[in-house]
Amino acid sequence: MNEFLTNMAGVIAAATPVVVAVIGETFSERSGVINLSANGLIVLAAMTGFAAAYLTGIVWIGLLAGFLTGAIAGLLISFSSISLKQSQVAVGFILSLLFRDLAYFLGTPFMVIPGPTVSGWAIPLLKDIPILGPLLFDQNVLVYFSYILIIASYYWIFHTRQGLVLRGVGEQPISAYSRGIDVNRQRYIYTALGSGLIGLAGPMYSLSIKAGWNGTMTGLDGIGWIVLSITIFGGWNPLRGSFGGYLFVFLQWLGLALQSYWTNVPSQVLQVAPFPLMILTLLFVNIGDTEWVTRMLATLPRGVRGAFYKLFRFLRKPPPASLGVPFERE
Amino acid sequence: MHIQLKNIHKYFGSVHANNDVSLTIEPGQILGLLGENGAGKSTLMKILSGLICKDSGEILINGEEQDLKSPADALRLGIGMLHQDPHDFPSMTIREDLQIWDQRSGRANHSAVDWQALMKIQEDLGFNLDLDGSVGELTVGERQQLELARLLWLGVELLILDEPTTGISASQQEILFSALKKLAGQGKTIIFVSHKLEEVKELCSRAVVLRKGCLIGEREAPFDENDLVKLMFGRQITRTRTAHAGTRDVCLSVQKLNIEDFRIAIENVNFDLYAGEVIGLAGMEGSGQRQFLQALAGMKQPSSGHILFGDEDLFGKNCYDYQKLGIFYVPSARMEEGLVPGMTLEEHYILSDCEKRVFIDSKKSHKVTEDRIQRFNIKGRAVTFSEELSGGNQQRLLLSLLQDPAKVLLLENPTRGLDIESTNWIWSILRERCQAATSIIFSSADLDELTFYADRILVFFSGRISEPLDSAGLDEERLGRMIGGKDWPK
Amino acid sequence: MSKNRAFINFLFRISGVIAALLFTALVLLIAKANPWEAFSNIFLGAVSTPIKIADSFVAWVPLILATCGLVITFTTGLWNIGIEGQISLGAIMTTWALRLLQDSGLPPVVIILAGFLAGIAGGIVWALLAGMLKFYGGVSEIFAGLGLNFIATALTLWLIFGPWKRAGVASMSGTEPFDMSIWLPTLTGYRLSIWSLILAVVSVLIVYFILKHTVVGLRLKAVGKNYKAAIQMGISPSKYMLLSFVLCGVFAGLTGAVQVLGVYHRLIPSISSGYGFLGLLVAMLVDYQIVWAVPMALLFAALNIGGIQLPIMMKIDSTLSGVMQSSLVLFFMLMDGVRKKILKKEEEQSNE
Repeated sequence: MNEFLTNMAGVIAAATPVVVAVIGETFSERSGVINLSANGLIVLAAMTGFAAAYLTGIVWIGLLAGFLTGAIAGLLISFSSISLKQSQVAVGFILSLLFRDLAYFLGTPFMVIPGPTVSGWAIPLLKDIPILGPLLFDQNVLVYFSYILIIASYYWIFHTRQGLVLRGVGEQPISAYSRGIDVNRQRYIYTALGSGLIGLAGPMYSLSIKAGWNGTMTGLDGIGWIVLSITIFGGWNPLRGSFGGYLFVFLQWLGLALQSYWTNVPSQVLQVAPFPLMILTLLFVNIGDTEWVTRMLATLPRGVRGAFYKLFRFLRKPPPASLGVPFERE
Repeated sequence: MHIQLKNIHKYFGSVHANNDVSLTIEPGQILGLLGENGAGKSTLMKILSGLICKDSGEILINGEEQDLKSPADALRLGIGMLHQDPHDFPSMTIREDLQIWDQRSGRANHSAVDWQALMKIQEDLGFNLDLDGSVGELTVGERQQLELARLLWLGVELLILDEPTTGISASQQEILFSALKKLAGQGKTIIFVSHKLEEVKELCSRAVVLRKGCLIGEREAPFDENDLVKLMFGRQITRTRTAHAGTRDVCLSVQKLNIEDFRIAIENVNFDLYAGEVIGLAGMEGSGQRQFLQALAGMKQPSSGHILFGDEDLFGKNCYDYQKLGIFYVPSARMEEGLVPGMTLEEHYILSDCEKRVFIDSKKSHKVTEDRIQRFNIKGRAVTFSEELSGGNQQRLLLSLLQDPAKVLLLENPTRGLDIESTNWIWSILRERCQAATSIIFSSADLDELTFYADRILVFFSGRISEPLDSAGLDEERLGRMIGGKDWPK
Repeated sequence: MSKNRAFINFLFRISGVIAALLFTALVLLIAKANPWEAFSNIFLGAVSTPIKIADSFVAWVPLILATCGLVITFTTGLWNIGIEGQISLGAIMTTWALRLLQDSGLPPVVIILAGFLAGIAGGIVWALLAGMLKFYGGVSEIFAGLGLNFIATALTLWLIFGPWKRAGVASMSGTEPFDMSIWLPTLTGYRLSIWSLILAVVSVLIVYFILKHTVVGLRLKAVGKNYKAAIQMGISPSKYMLLSFVLCGVFAGLTGAVQVLGVYHRLIPSISSGYGFLGLLVAMLVDYQIVWAVPMALLFAALNIGGIQLPIMMKIDSTLSGVMQSSLVLFFMLMDGVRKKILKKEEEQSNE
């Protein structure tokens, strides 16, 4: 039991950067801008964050550097897609490759050297709560930050006037504009903020979970894509998205834990297990929307069909209506 | 509010949408802004509401020149516009939709939302909206009411309504008109944009007419209808009626058809479509006409029933099977669903050629293209891209792509946005097809078009479909009531 | 007027190149390296000797093959990011066929041809998988493709370290090299094979011909530009998009087969060498025009070959070529956006 708790606490810690990045992507996409560069961005921010922390010896500066790396990337994406009206997918993909190569190129001097790390800090009193204490409150500050972020971002998006504006801008920019909201400014702000959070996930790895910078062996390549698909799974809701993040890392841990039972399953299979999982998740989420399923459902008896509709509507939340579409007045 | 527009110009690319328009509007007046589709009415009003910027000219509000850079500027001055597609948020609740209005417009102190004031406005105007309902579930008429209430709530002094009667029911129109009269009585200035003469006659004290971007004339009430028509179109226009070609041979027989999706349920449709007949679908937009047409084209799977074509039941087949049998659907969104932007006319003809071949036969396609362009009187060349054509020419292109002979044509709002001339021309082609035993089913929001061109009419009201009504001798008022949901058999 | 405009367009292209070079120089300065030295090393590394020029062509072949496939999927409006995996599967299948037949005593030509066919089959299967996930599962081809890329990499690793491991120890250097008799014959003294060069040129011609002169090509284009309109014209978008995936799979499979038969002569962990992603960049750079892809792919291939010199001569990482390639495409796109913006403004002003 105790060992299981320790493991679960580890899962929560390991899921933290994923959760933070998912929330970042959620902010950006809620405003209507896809940041498809997340994969390269996390790698790059992990490098810049580690380098900054190593050079200054201060962990916080490393985290800040990661956030700034992301925010600058976000501004670049906003500029190209909002101001220059270039395809978000194209630019995002190019940046994803560029960031990754930049990280590997510029990161050479920082390879395989020990650097500062974020130390753990158990919250007094709270850590003594049975079960929940060791699970949630014997972590490091980054994890506590993620708890606050989850709740705050949910509250912000769904329970504040500013959140309404954010949702409005991503759904019906023309309506928002005709009410006096500066649509493009909102998009710039949220893309920069959201990408900053995605960037923050980088040093969360390189200064904590996978401490250090090991170039291509750092093992962060791929996480950004997982983040993007969890954002879809999460239906652009920080609570559901975070749940997706935790679930994902839990399943990953489960796979590793089971490896000792299935010794004949090669390790390569379990290492890539997240990706079939990603495809399967998206399959479950989206299959109700395909033509053949729609046609098939149409001829079912009403009750059965209703049940399916409900299931699909539970699984698939519609994306922000103008996701990826640049805003023009006319 | 006293408004003066001076020498307004606006271009879109090479189109001169507003050409030297000057206009003065007195406070407390309901001004009718008339003109056919594409005359530049919406453009002018969008300029006045700050949504788009004028290229040159002046706007004076209460004697002071104002530079309207955004809707926020206009709102601050007390100018609000009700757009044809209401600018609201279907994914939100009404409360949220109202709250999103934000402090930056700088009008009044709305930091705490004053719901009571809103409820009072609602009550005064005879609206009845549930604040906790979802915007997406409202009818177009209710969404307009919401926007209207919102604008008044913001303290708007000049209210612009762009074609507000499109897609709303008769009773909603009554409520709207009485609300507008009341507001004018309270001293608000109202601009009512329309292409429907009767509405302007009923509501407005003064009317101005735009044609091809120019302000062509203005009249005071009482209006002479013929006079206004002449102003709008430059001459008297009559529709050219052609002989009906309907026979008694059944072409398509629809039996016990049920169509359902999460938006609407259409139950138990039964009718026979005769060869060479034209059936019109009347009803407010979104009453199920689109789903019905798509089901008959095989694009939407009905939940049960029969669609008999000859001896064959087409239930469950896909649209390509229907197309092979000569049943074609022509969507209303021409550029979005019918034509391929970035492709030339010639490429369109090659694509729609049903002959099986591997290589492009450019000699043949040149000939076909020249031939069709001439026959369908398309103002474009073989190398013109489809998106460069005007709306009327796009519709002609779309019709010229249809296979000949076709058995059934399913047309969704075939003349939407077209001027009367194009409309007449398109119907003359369609009628020609009917002579060759092609049957047509079309939907339209225009009652005149329906009674004029259809042999029989099916009325739609929120998924209910009437028995086929003979259009000859049909009482237009009764049709209007049925579209609005009245006079239906229990 | 139009001459003037063409000149302006050209200026913007050039400024994109300059911006990319400046950016790369900045990156080099950050890494405390001399940009001029780096650029000249890359240049010399790609063209200084006939062997190096030939090597650039060796890299050009798989890159242009992958680009050929991608131009087709882009024409159909698809983001076939899964091409990396399709190349890997092609390579795996080729290796499998060669392993099966290498001791059969069949003439080498037959074995090589069988290798190519197997490669094509592998590429098609992996591409079809992405296509079916899109049409029958609603999974965006971007995510399906990426997932399949990672799976293909795992499959490659598993084969190298498991069933196909080298006698003795398994290592990252790959499977046991094949006998020279079943290598694609090369020009003496060079690594370049005339056969793979011919294959690449023929592929370019075929793709050009399909897209310009066949009805199928036009239909693929129509589906890409407006699939709803295509339905009204009797073209089934799902059928043609699947076809597009299959065609791309053919070229991806060929790419993999060339990598095994003509370059590495065995299966290695990173058998695709990133040519899939690089092909995506090339296709974007040339706005999906296959004719322009030919010189651009050569430029990119030369950058790759030249980049090899960097660690040797200057002790800096060879990923600099990647930085140059992707920043080139990025600045091209940005400059294109600026150009369009300026043109639009000009048009508006000319009306007043």
